[in-house]
Amino acid sequence: MLRLPRFRLIEARSYGEAAQLLAENGAGAIDRGNGTPTLRVMLVAGGTDLFPNMKRRQFTPELLVSLARVRDAAGIQQNGHLDISAGTTLSAIAGDPGIRDQFTALAQAAELVSTPQLRNMGTIGGNVCLDTRCNWYDQSLFWRTAEGFCMKTNPDVVCRVATSSPRCLAVASADTVPALLALGATVHFEDANGAREVPMSDLYREDGIRPMAMRQDEVLTDITIPETEGWRSTYLKMRDRGSFDFPIAAVAAAIRWDGATVSEARVAITALGSRPLLVEDAARPLVGTRLDDVTIALAAEAVHKAARPMDNTSGTISQRKRAALVFTERALRSLRPR
Amino acid sequence: MSKQLVTLHVNGEARTIAADPHHTLLEVLREELGLTGTKHGCELGECGACTVLVDGTPVLACLTLPALVGDAEVTTVEGLATGESLHPLQIAFAEEGAAQCGYCTPGMLMTAKALLDTTARPTRAEIASAISGNLCRCTGYTAIYEAIEKAARA
Repeated sequence: MLRLPRFRLIEARSYGEAAQLLAENGAGAIDRGNGTPTLRVMLVAGGTDLFPNMKRRQFTPELLVSLARVRDAAGIQQNGHLDISAGTTLSAIAGDPGIRDQFTALAQAAELVSTPQLRNMGTIGGNVCLDTRCNWYDQSLFWRTAEGFCMKTNPDVVCRVATSSPRCLAVASADTVPALLALGATVHFEDANGAREVPMSDLYREDGIRPMAMRQDEVLTDITIPETEGWRSTYLKMRDRGSFDFPIAAVAAAIRWDGATVSEARVAITALGSRPLLVEDAARPLVGTRLDDVTIALAAEAVHKAARPMDNTSGTISQRKRAALVFTERALRSLRPR
Repeated sequence: MSKQLVTLHVNGEARTIAADPHHTLLEVLREELGLTGTKHGCELGECGACTVLVDGTPVLACLTLPALVGDAEVTTVEGLATGESLHPLQIAFAEEGAAQCGYCTPGMLMTAKALLDTTARPTRAEIASAISGNLCRCTGYTAIYEAIEKAARA
């Protein structure tokens, strides 16, 4: 039996209480008492990313603060713009008729996460905060003890994927993030002292160890997306199998139509680097066009250039870069007026 | 860290047990309640063998903490039959040879039950989508599809 490490569990009743518990219990402090560095206190919502990681002893927090019983933690409000509470399950998002119709890329991305069971458990907040992944890092403690730890576990060690790399190259792997980037989403946080909001495009960093510009004492509470009048969006994902797997290349695109002309465009990628990326060089040539094949080829070329996959997940580097190009073309063609 | 009392509602019965807070629903079902019908496969959310229903929704027992289940009704494969009468899905799986080694079968049955509870006559595509989180390494799935279709007709 692969058991979780021991921990203390506290069920927060509000985000404020959860933030207080983080602050009081040394959020951000590293505990090296278990042999490998780990955070002393962590949040858990659906647990579908954290619990496998804890079973592999990538994290062994002394205290877990559960968000499962936070009041109003789940819910979708659509009133022109969209407000999704962080504890909303991926199943609820994938099945919401309003999101499918108006925020299509998000519904598609939520539906392509892992499996039905995990989508019933996993939350949008958890997906946005998904840990980066790497073939070296995502192994059991036994394997990593035998083969040697990497810099994501122990900063004193080299990156095992590219030994000369000054930074961790673990891969951004959350399906919903490129969709949210393409839809112009904003994330909302609460800490013990108050609330703040951050545009999704400022949330991530090119760093596999600390991929998010989010403090350890903050709780993600809501995600908002502005009104999508005139917008069409889609999400395409490559993975090994048609189910279970994380993306190894993925593209989200959103186009705002003014009649037959593109008035705004966003193209976002993930699983092609440590940071999910809005590719502005891909969006720029699209504006003012009718999304003809030549324009789409320019955007796809820009995505191909921006995609920097490393050899640390499934597939090959050239296959994943090529998929980014082809998926950009397919995504944009599908967004032409019907 | 000491064990804590937790009350679970399993297959229509309230069961209070003393469990370690870090033990998952899978461990509690199998080791504390003796309900070994729910199987442990990968234990990392990558196979579906431990699928149980929580308030009718398929979830993975290996990634669920009992304390967070609360008052929800947990249904395991042991809760499928009514007395001596097998559930139509169990009969169909037996008749169609939808189980070979049988290890994925409890999880497959629970997922199929949740599907039939919401979709009386699912299409082949709906069945494939519903069981896309349950790996079977023996059957090639065809007999499983046929068994679920047969149970839907029963």
